Amino acid sequence: MSDRTPVTVLTGYLGSGKTTLLNRILSDEHGKKYAVIVNEFGEIGIDNDLIVESDEEIYEMNNGCVCCTVRGDLVRVVQGLLKRKGRFDGILVETTGLADPAPVAQTFFMDDDVRAKAQLDAVVALVDAKHFPLRLNDAPEAEDQVAFADVVILNKTDLVSDDELTKLKATVRKINPHATIHTAERSNIGLDEVLDRGAFDLDRILEDDPHFLDVHDHDHHHDHDHDHAHDHHHHDHECGPDCDHEHHKLDADTHDVSVKSISLRAGEMNHEKFFPWINKITQIDGPDILRLKGIIAFAGDDDRFVVQGVHMIVEGDHQRPWHADEKRETRLVFIGRNLDREKIERTFNACIAA
Amino acid sequence: MPTIAPYDFDEHVELAGFVDDQPVFALVDGTVRFPTAGETVVEAHDGLLSADITADGKSLVTGGEDGKVMRVTRQGAELIAEQERKWIDVVACGPNGAVGFGAGRTVWVATQDAIKQFDHERAVEGIAFAPKGMRIACARYQGVSLHWVAGQSAPVNLHWDGAHTGVTFSPDGRYIVTTMVENALHGWRLDNVKTAEGTHMRMAGYLAKPKSLSWSRKGRYLASSGAPSAVCWPFTGKQGPMGQAPRELGTRSDAMVTQVACHPIEDVVAIGFDDGTILAAKIDDAAEVQLRRSGKGAVSTLAWDQAGDRLVYGSEEGEAGVISVSE
Repeated sequence: MSDRTPVTVLTGYLGSGKTTLLNRILSDEHGKKYAVIVNEFGEIGIDNDLIVESDEEIYEMNNGCVCCTVRGDLVRVVQGLLKRKGRFDGILVETTGLADPAPVAQTFFMDDDVRAKAQLDAVVALVDAKHFPLRLNDAPEAEDQVAFADVVILNKTDLVSDDELTKLKATVRKINPHATIHTAERSNIGLDEVLDRGAFDLDRILEDDPHFLDVHDHDHHHDHDHDHAHDHHHHDHECGPDCDHEHHKLDADTHDVSVKSISLRAGEMNHEKFFPWINKITQIDGPDILRLKGIIAFAGDDDRFVVQGVHMIVEGDHQRPWHADEKRETRLVFIGRNLDREKIERTFNACIAA
Repeated sequence: MPTIAPYDFDEHVELAGFVDDQPVFALVDGTVRFPTAGETVVEAHDGLLSADITADGKSLVTGGEDGKVMRVTRQGAELIAEQERKWIDVVACGPNGAVGFGAGRTVWVATQDAIKQFDHERAVEGIAFAPKGMRIACARYQGVSLHWVAGQSAPVNLHWDGAHTGVTFSPDGRYIVTTMVENALHGWRLDNVKTAEGTHMRMAGYLAKPKSLSWSRKGRYLASSGAPSAVCWPFTGKQGPMGQAPRELGTRSDAMVTQVACHPIEDVVAIGFDDGTILAAKIDDAAEVQLRRSGKGAVSTLAWDQAGDRLVYGSEEGEAGVISVSE
């Protein structure tokens, strides 16, 4: 499909277990070669020459646009790593606990040199199950990391009760309805749940995303092709196709969050209205939009169109033909802060095909 | 007609040049190849990141992922300095055997008797010695730090918003020009650096990052990559290129310039493209001649010998060669 090297970004607030997970990835026998870019060697216990230390360098452009902000050190290190052919199967980037994940992700869209050789595979957020509710009060970074993630790993679940865990899961789901959620103790997560996810790959986007706005979607097949028996983590299905509870009821039983998601759903769209709309809304509200993902059904178009975005950056492409038994439906989710639900819903609805 | 002696090294060529008037190629796998006059391969590093030819043309200096800075000749590699577990991102050679090298936010200058350290708040991505070697310029986020190599004087900070990734002095030392993470160059006139206004030179309009810079004979023009042509800014007036349009050489519709190298004697620029093509073009009338047809990878390095008779090149895919130019 692509010979660009996949890059996995590992986020997580202080104490969430990133180092433990990295040590596992580096020491497990998975037959693949990964380069790991860390901020400091610190507690990485393995003396491995595939570890690169890199000072986090946030580069804003001369134009001052926050959405053009990149991680300058990653531009340099990723290019350096990939000059030698076939050297790595993938690259892992560990961010500091306080890092904003957006510049890391934007690096892989905005920098042409990086983009030529590497592609963002997924943003994985580790969450300390015990302390995350506290962080929601005092650390917006922790919430942003969850909001931004494709995969959320609730770690250290042995330190919380079942009730606490249920509430935590509902909170994460409230912040980020499209992330895949896993639970783990001591970062014991199957590595295939972390690596090679293709979460930013338009061809694969949402294909294996059972939680994507499927609360009432009973046509959705829930077949994961990976084997859960080989590991000890638990895969969540709390919002699976058989779940018929009303999600708004959960609101009373979640923690307060400042990031919110807006899920949009409609029939077929008018492409002449939709594209100007999504361009405009991401230009205007881009700084507040952390992520967006969607499947668009266009009137008179037999192919599914998929879009995804990070702040002002939006990518879209035709994915595959609609299946005959598939409902031609548009589904789109925005995750962000200060989003004006009324405005987004109203302008989205104005794009529906007549 | 130009003739080519090609080589295939199968690894990205970081630097092509001449040592003792013989071609040399430094590859990212850490080997340094001397393919002529009795082929010699020197293993300098496990992973090479940076390289520069010394001012006397008798060796090259390389920096590696192994934290080592090496002096390499046909006879072998000799350790100049080592910074454990650091990547030596940049090296630059100055007059009288001075060697500058950087890792992350720190730059060191090694002279015959000492190694001096210069710390920065942000990572340094490019370094260059002034023509007389008294000062060293370090390109970093938000501008350039200009240090005196000797003594304890505070550095001069040249500020310009944005991230600066490479730096060069004009041959007369009057100008500094940087490459940026965005598609632009930025310059400063040094004779009036105290009054910030009026000393800036913005050079923009590129389609890609202009990463390769080369001064023509006597510094009359600065050639640059990052466009479908080699963009040559005139530095003949008192204001540098301000208010003047650059000359564009070797314009192609389907390829981007990735490397430029000005001829040491004539006002001619060798131009390497992302499809592997290499041209030579005259600055005055833009007349051009093709030196190499397209190849497997983008041209990653170009250099003339001192007499201007031979041009060495390397590509991202490991193709390399020596082009003999006779008129």
